[in-house]
Amino acid sequence: MPFVNWLKRRLVVIAGLLTLAYLLLPNVIVTVFSFNKPKGRFNYEWQQFSTDAWKDPCGVADMCGSLSISLQIAVWATVGATLLGTMISFALVRYRFRARGAVNSLIFLPMAMPEVVMAASLLTLFLNMGAQLGFYTILIAHIMFCLSFVVTAVKARVMSMDPRLEEAARDLYAGPLQTFLRVTLPIAAPGIAAGALLSFALSFDDFIITNFNAGSTVTFPMFVWGSAQRGTPVQINVIGTAMFLAAVLLVLASMVITNRRNKQKA
Amino acid sequence: MKTTPDNSGDVRLSGISKTYDNGFTAVHPLDLTVPEGSFFALLGASGCGKTTTLRMIAGLEDPSSGTVRLGDQDVTHLPPYKRPVNTVFQSYALFPHLDIFENVAFGLRRRGIKSVKKQVEEMLELVQLGEQARKKPHQLSGGQQQRVAVARALINHPKVLLLDEPLGALDLKLRRQMQLELKRIQTEVGITFVHVTHDQEEAMTMADTVAVMNGGRVEQLGAPTDLYENPRTTFVANFLGTSNLIEAEVDTVNGDDIVLKAGGGKLVLPEARCSARTTAGGKVLVGIRPEKIALTHADDAGTIPEGRNRITGKIADASFIGVSTQYVIDTPVCDEFAVYVQNVERDGRLVPGADVVLHWSPAHTFGLDAAQDIDAGIEEEAAA
Repeated sequence: MPFVNWLKRRLVVIAGLLTLAYLLLPNVIVTVFSFNKPKGRFNYEWQQFSTDAWKDPCGVADMCGSLSISLQIAVWATVGATLLGTMISFALVRYRFRARGAVNSLIFLPMAMPEVVMAASLLTLFLNMGAQLGFYTILIAHIMFCLSFVVTAVKARVMSMDPRLEEAARDLYAGPLQTFLRVTLPIAAPGIAAGALLSFALSFDDFIITNFNAGSTVTFPMFVWGSAQRGTPVQINVIGTAMFLAAVLLVLASMVITNRRNKQKA
Repeated sequence: MKTTPDNSGDVRLSGISKTYDNGFTAVHPLDLTVPEGSFFALLGASGCGKTTTLRMIAGLEDPSSGTVRLGDQDVTHLPPYKRPVNTVFQSYALFPHLDIFENVAFGLRRRGIKSVKKQVEEMLELVQLGEQARKKPHQLSGGQQQRVAVARALINHPKVLLLDEPLGALDLKLRRQMQLELKRIQTEVGITFVHVTHDQEEAMTMADTVAVMNGGRVEQLGAPTDLYENPRTTFVANFLGTSNLIEAEVDTVNGDDIVLKAGGGKLVLPEARCSARTTAGGKVLVGIRPEKIALTHADDAGTIPEGRNRITGKIADASFIGVSTQYVIDTPVCDEFAVYVQNVERDGRLVPGADVVLHWSPAHTFGLDAAQDIDAGIEEEAAA
């Protein structure tokens, strides 16, 4: 049975390719439909090829404004959550203090809590405090739910770090600050970067918590949701595709830089 | 760095001790002086306090009491990055994100030295790693990583180099090679080396002076030959090599010699080689190293010269290991008497079951205080 043997040898590859296709197909659809020229207001059926939307991405009223708000919130939420989360991780791994165990488990509560419940409770909290809903309430909420993810990523990294490395740095004339900057931080960096990327992605496309606590502010996911009721402009696909391409380009760029650095050294 | 003035490479520990917050005392107050330029080994089983002692010299551990001096400078309260001391860590602790060159240059750069290239390259040549400068630590073998760790410490010209089980992770052959290599480097640079190890052979091969530690205390300190030939405690006798220890009773003290009764026979022990107080009728532990003993078949007992200590027994087991044969002899005083005989002229009659006479020169006998555990140091060595 040559076919069965052929299949046996390539089973892993075939399974891998199928899984990859499963992952990437939605992205392909988004991209393809960004070149559509729909009849009517809904972009659900393929009509004909057109680059109209790409030529005028901000042609839909308010969309680019909402995109800008989302990007700003995502950047600040990433900065805030990464800073706080990294400090929490170091505190949890390096120091023994009262209620350390409790903090260790409480920090994961936002991950476990159903998002919609969290969103409603946050709104209650903000209203009772008399806070003005808008950019800052969204930012506070985003930093809160991103924190758990940053802590998860950074803590794993810090825990696996050999404490002798910092001792070696101190032994080699590095003061506390130098030790942190030259040894601790570079070694923890992959964990911190993973936490930051995760935060950005989570914050950028969060809808539920944002929708409850946004007041009159409209973020990009809220805009998409709102327009989906009345018709979906092709520009949404353009923005989606652009974000996807930006991510791919970033990954490629980092690979090229690492390769070049290794070659220089060799 | 300019050459150091007299004695500035001495390490002087006085009354130094370490008790942890949980009440465990790792090191009991101890005094130790390591002369400049010497190769000093702290030897002991795991948990004996040797690494804690080393870390207190490095400044990585705060002593609970006592002072650490380098030469005339009191460094007890200086942080590690201000001490002219560098450490080669167990499992090396090379910085994984830096290449070999940057690992070695780390100490120089932290002290604000700008042009490090020449020095680093020379150092890498010294440890034969010039080709590997741009590799990351994980791309090197264990032996190479070990040499990087040594280079990274030595490039700073420390007054004292501390080595914490530096060869523990290497296989036996490589370890022998690195022992000689380290000894060569030490002779070349003339820096004081303080070496922590649980391997008694390693300590004896490399060090000028060995301090045997047990339970947070220094049991005995001296040159390797001195420790081996004249152990003063059962721990040292058993931990360094193998010793046959017999319980004996003091019969008479006869000038410089002590005559002892053991298992119906008499043994002679020079008083100078007995570390215990002896009174007639008192107990003493008599020790003899297995390779000092000669084995003669019972039929030839008459050929043994007068004046030698002798014990009769029966061979229980014999293992041929090439250069020598190791016998286990069942005797009235001890049922597992170890005897190592060089394979020069083998007597075919010396097989298990044969009756034999064990005999040795009284000058090779040593005496220990009977009020201690006769098996101290045996299991520790096996565990380590």
